[in-house]
Order: sequence, then structure tokens, then C-alpha cells
Amino acid sequence: MGYDLSMRLWRGDRSGGELADYVVAVEEGEVVLDAIHRVQATQAGDLAVRWNCKAGKCGSCSAEINGRPRLLCMTRLSDFEPEETITVTPMRTFPVIRDLVTDVSYNYEKAKEVPAFAPTPPDKDGNRRMMQADVERGQEFRKCIECFLCQDTCHVIRDHDDNKSSFAGPRFFLRYAELDMHPLDTNDRRKLAQGAAGLGMCNITKCCTEVCPEHIKITDNAIIPMKERVVDRRYDPVVWLGSKILRREQRNET
Amino acid sequence: MTDTSPGSPTSGHGFETHAYDVVVIGAGGAGLRAAVAAHDAGARVAIVCKSLLGKAHTVMAEGGIAAAMGNVYPDDNWQVHFRDTMRGGKMLNNWRMAQLHAQEAPKRVLELEEWGALFDRTTDGLISQRDFGGHRYARLAHVGDRTGLEMIRTLQQRVVELGIDVYMECTVTDLLRDGDQVSGAFAYWRESGRFLVFQTPTVVLATGGIGKSYQVTSNSWEYTGDGHALALRTGASLINMEFVQFHPTGMVWPPSVRGILVTESVCGDGGVLRNSEGKRFMFDNIPEFFRAETADNEEEADRWYDDKRNNRRPPELLPRDEVARAINSEIKAGRGSPHGGVFLDIASRRDAAFIRRRLPSMYHQFKELADVDITAEPMEVGPTCHYVMGGVEVDADTGASTVEGLYAAGEVAGGMHGSNRLGGNSLSDLLVFGRRAGLNAAYYAGRMGSARPAVSDQAVKAAAEHALAPFTDEGGENPYTIQKDLQDLMQRLVGIIRKKEELEESLTELQSLNRRAENLTVEGHRQYNPGWHLALDLPNMLRVSECIARAALVREESRGGHTRDDFPKPSEEWGTLNLVLTESGGEISIKEQPLPVMPGELRQLFEEK
Repeated sequence: MGYDLSMRLWRGDRSGGELADYVVAVEEGEVVLDAIHRVQATQAGDLAVRWNCKAGKCGSCSAEINGRPRLLCMTRLSDFEPEETITVTPMRTFPVIRDLVTDVSYNYEKAKEVPAFAPTPPDKDGNRRMMQADVERGQEFRKCIECFLCQDTCHVIRDHDDNKSSFAGPRFFLRYAELDMHPLDTNDRRKLAQGAAGLGMCNITKCCTEVCPEHIKITDNAIIPMKERVVDRRYDPVVWLGSKILRREQRNET
Repeated sequence: MTDTSPGSPTSGHGFETHAYDVVVIGAGGAGLRAAVAAHDAGARVAIVCKSLLGKAHTVMAEGGIAAAMGNVYPDDNWQVHFRDTMRGGKMLNNWRMAQLHAQEAPKRVLELEEWGALFDRTTDGLISQRDFGGHRYARLAHVGDRTGLEMIRTLQQRVVELGIDVYMECTVTDLLRDGDQVSGAFAYWRESGRFLVFQTPTVVLATGGIGKSYQVTSNSWEYTGDGHALALRTGASLINMEFVQFHPTGMVWPPSVRGILVTESVCGDGGVLRNSEGKRFMFDNIPEFFRAETADNEEEADRWYDDKRNNRRPPELLPRDEVARAINSEIKAGRGSPHGGVFLDIASRRDAAFIRRRLPSMYHQFKELADVDITAEPMEVGPTCHYVMGGVEVDADTGASTVEGLYAAGEVAGGMHGSNRLGGNSLSDLLVFGRRAGLNAAYYAGRMGSARPAVSDQAVKAAAEHALAPFTDEGGENPYTIQKDLQDLMQRLVGIIRKKEELEESLTELQSLNRRAENLTVEGHRQYNPGWHLALDLPNMLRVSECIARAALVREESRGGHTRDDFPKPSEEWGTLNLVLTESGGEISIKEQPLPVMPGELRQLFEEK
């Protein structure tokens, strides 16, 4: 069931580059990363590509396949016609290091700006008690594998480098929301999310949610609730009423 | 953070140079936990890792962290966990490590929660614990089936909060010594290919395992045995290298995902193994050693999930070595599945919502990579190289190797798991011994004061020349080809079932691969060049492969992760011995060494039922 696949891979570095053509033998059931590895092993030993687990769990092999931000290891060749040429380019939002590898340090810098988790003290027996229903919202966000595809696709920074200094991006809105919704966290992160992290710049086009390989509902479950929390509730009777009802329900549960 | 731009601070060596008290190599669970501990003890710490922070192989761990917290079964305690661990390792474990591990694991889990981890909960709001192979009680603290990701993210975020320096995508190629002491490490930036020198009186190896030397493996490209090889070259010894764990359940189809792990939680949550005749063959494969605690009929095994006090555990939850061997022989006997595995069935035993909630990653993995809906049909699985029990010989309490200033923790350290590791004991091992190694490295550096061992220009120059050799040789071998040949050879001759003739043949073949690897050629330049990176990892892979084959040839018995076709039974005599490997003048030598003797009060635990 094997066939010869035509690929166009971006080769180059900070000073520039171009798409190079390769034809490589592929087998049934393979993913784009397999094809790239075979090019690397047989035709271009120095072809740079970042990867680790090859199972969709580490989020290293992010790139753009036919213009769409995806994980190379989770994109199956069977998604394409055998005669179709597959074009792979590096993530556009981050500076290129070489070939398909980009400099993602922007994300690591933004991570440093998130204030640490600050829990309430434990119970007398040393345990901290939390209900499954209360940790589940945070758990959804902690599925994030930090592939940074949401950052790559986000139009606030995709073609606007100058926004990067004041915008943390969807991955970190997820983190702020996770901490804000943590049953035991004692910090109030709303001001920070709105100010330094630039939550207000997001106009909820949901592109991030669309590309998330973990299917996290970034916009609906993290960004929109954070925006709502940021809004001063006293000025909005509907949000005010909603929050009262919610609290009563929570009281009934415990 | 230290300025990490290439060519920034330089010293007399002509390379970017940084001084620390503790340099941790590796940023998986053990490395991150070691760095946090060393930082908390007041040391200046650097973490050096081959990949980006948060991508280490620990993210692949699925099932959970074994810790006798007793949240689900109050009868659980460290003695029971200790006993399970020793029995799982067929009594070859370093008893003191197994003891410390069982005693300290619960505290280490609570610490993760304090730092932000969100574990699944019991109905009382405590950390939930799940069943796993070889553990008497439900003991694994978990987050669905992505516990490793939770652990690495929590530790990563802790490291960032503490402001610990991290050198990402930076590979250590040599350790430097001053006399008999560690004095530094030599490394290159993957991005630029430029060199850097760490001046440090202590190095903590937390480099993980060796699985990339095998063709079918659950391990990522990073698992090239760097720490094992660095330790040997620096004069430290390795133990138990013959014991390699083949996880019973890896994916077998499609070919591109062959080897990717299928968590043991599938069995813990009710999944069963069947052959092509539909038979639960594990009932025919219960060894004498575990007979008393294993159900011998399906009815009892099925009752066990709900009532653990009055029923014995299903044989699918025997330790991994037993299950892997049984699967191997079913396939060999022609009773395998269409793609050369056996069937792992949870679809017919649990409802779809339960499966999706308990095993979300497995559901996702099979759906997206194999077009298999695990809530509707069985998976096909087979053994995959997963873990090396062998590693650097360390002092149980401190993680110190036999070389002054050199420490090791996690998979790269040997002894803790004996001849076979229980599932869930790896994540707890990383936390317990990562912390101990980090603390003790910091104490050692502190005791030393300002009288630091020196990094010699000559050693640095030699390390640089060694690293650049693949660019100067022309017309040599392609490193990718040699890596492929090595994987093929280890899979064929030093795999699950071994015998004398094949092991001897493997050593001859390894010799010829070593010769071919002396003359490697890479194309391109030093900037982010994977061909060059592989050329530098390859000698490490070859070295650890040789250690595995040599030790496997000497140990004439079958025990845990070492099965000899020609010596199919465990031997009492070998049960008291470790094999210790050292390197001198480029040659590996091997000697027998008696196991540390367990004190009477611990020995008693094995006399009671």
C-alpha cells in the first residue's frame, strides 16, 4: 500500500529560505513526521525538525501543514490524497531558527510572568480536600501539551510582533483561568490577566480552539469566563444575578 | 536567568562558561525535582536538557504515581508497598532504596498538590488511587491517564517560579574531572552548535533510559543512554544492566506507531487480554511465585474489581515481565492478532462513558492514530521496550555514585527496581530520589566551600575536538544507518528472550558497529543539525547496548526483565548477586557483587503472607 509522496519542506534560517522539493516512499498508516524522518535519514541528514514523543503527548513537533497549524506526529498521511503534495512550513508567529524549527522562547518568557499558585493551608491531617467536580475545570486546561499552536494561530500576534510584549496569548489565558478556578488558590488574577497579559486584546474569534490538538475549549471555557470575571459585576445585573444563583448551587452541594 | 545567548560570557577556555554549585542533566521528573531540592537547600543550580522544558519523556507516563497514602484502602501502608516492590523486582532490589521509596512517596505526592497539581479525587475529596499490576492495593495517584504530563507541568512551573536557570536544547557530551572529582560539564547548544562549559563540583544525572537502542520502544529520541555512558566514562559503575523492561502492552499497528505505550490502567480498570481464540490466556501463565495472590478463574478475577479483600487479583495484573513473556509466547504459538499482537479488550467489559472518562488519552490515541474506537472494539497490543532497571550504582540514601561529586536519580540510577519495575513506581522513584540527589549534591557543594575543583583547558579542548570529529571525517558512515542497524540488532539478539549463542553474536556485531561508528560523517553545519546530534548520541547508545549484552550473557538464569531460553528458571545463587560494570581504557569489565543484606525486621515482611 506504499507510494511515493511529494513533499515541499521549508529549508532555511533567520536570513531567509525557500521550499525544497522531496519525493519520499511512505507506507500505510504513517504520519507526516514519519515522512519527514525518512527524508532526514536518506536525503537530508541536516534537516532540522523538533520532535520528542511522536504520540501527541509532548507538543514538540508543531508546524504548519498546507498552511494549517498542526502536530506533525498526529497528522496522518491518509488525510491527504496520495497524489497531493504536502507542504510543511515552520510556525509563522515565531522566529525561525532553522528549517522547521522555530524559536518559541516568547512562550517561556510569558510563563515567567504568571504569579505562582498560592494554596490555602492544608487540613489538620495534612491533606487538602477538593471535590472532583471542582477540579475538573482546571483539569481540562491542564491537558495542555504546550505545543503553542494556539499561540501560532492567534491573529493578535501572528502578524503583529509589536503586540507580543503586551499579550500573553491563549495558552496563558488558559493558565490564568486554571489558577483562577483552582478551588484552593488565594490570588486574584483578574486584574493581571486583563492588564499585563492583555486579555482585553482577544476578540474571541476561536481560532485557538480550532487548532488545539487536545480539543480544549480555550475560548468558551477559559477566555470568555475570564473576561466575564474581569468585568466589574456590579454594573451588569445579569452577571450579578447569575453569580448569585451559581453560588447558591455550590452551597447546596457542599 | 543567566545570559544564554551564544558567545556571551567567556573564560580562558574560549567558550561560554558558567559556574554553579549543582548542575542537573535532564529535565524530566527526577531532574526537575532534584533542581528544586538543591535550590531549596541554598545551592546555585542549573538544569541542562536536550529538549525544551516540559517535553521530557516523563510526559509519556500515563498510569500514576505509586504511593501508599491509603486514601482508597486504609490497610495500605509503606510496608505493603515495600513488599510489593521487592517481590515485583524478584528480590534483587536494593532493599534500602525500596524502603525509602515506599516511606517517602506519599509526602512527595502531597508536595506536588501543594505546587498546583490537580489529581483526580475520591468521593471524600482526597487524592484518588487506582489499581495497577503488582500492587496489592489501589495505590496510584493519577490524573486520568496523563499523570506524567501533570507531574512535569507542576514541577516545570515550580522551577520557573523559583527562578532556576534552565539551559534548554543544550546537550552535555562530556563530564570533566579534577583528579577523582567531578569539576564540570561540556555541552553544546543545539540551536547554534556552539560550545559551553559548566564549572561545577557536582553533577546530578537525570537523563532517563536507553530505549532508543531498540526497534520497538515506547521511548522518545532522547533515550540514548547519555547518563549511563557519561557515568561510565567518568569512572562510575553501572549495575543490573541486563534487566530491561518490555512493557506488555504497546501498540502494534499501524507500523508508524508500533511501540507506543498503552497504559496498564486499561487492565487496572477492567481490561483483559485475549488471544485469537478469544481465550484469557493469562490464567495459563500464573507463575508459582505469585500463585497465592492471583485469581485462577474468571469469576474470582472479575469480582476483585469491587471486592479486593475476599478475592485475588486478575492475572492480567501480574508484574509486567510475566505478562510480556506470556504475550510473546502466545504470538509465537500462532495465537496472535492480525497485526502480530494479542487483543486487549475493555470495550466488552465497561461502558463507553467510563472508558472515555478513565482513559481519555488512550481513547484519543487509538482513535487518531489507528482508527480504532476502544469503546467499541478491542485494541491490538504487544510488548515494547519501555524501561531499563539497570543504571548508575548509587548510595541509597544520597544518590551518590562511586565518583565524588557525581549523583544519579530516576531511570538512570540502578538498584531501586531490582530485576523488574512495577508500574507506577517510576514516577514515585523520580520524586523520592530526585529530591534526595538534589539535596545531597547541594550539601556536598556547600561543605566544599570556595575550594572548587578545576576545569582544565586541556580537557575542554579534547572535549571540543571529540564533538567536532564528525565534521572533519569525510566519506564515513551515515549515523542514521548505524542507529537503524543497532536497533535491529538489539531487537533481534538482546530482546525479551535471550540465549548464549545470540548474545555472543550480538557482541560480535556490536564490535563491528563500534568500528563503523568511529568514522561518522555528517552533512551541513553546526546550527540545529540533527545528523550531528545523532552522531554524538550514537556512541552512548552503542556503549549501553554493549553493557546490556555483556551482563545478559553472564547472568545464567531468568529473572524479571532478563529471560534466558537456555536457563529458564531463576537460580538461588544468582538471586544474591548484582553484576557491576565499569569502564577502563575504553574496555568494559564486569564483576559479581553480593546484594546488600536486608535487616531482619524487613525480612519478616516476606515471611508473613
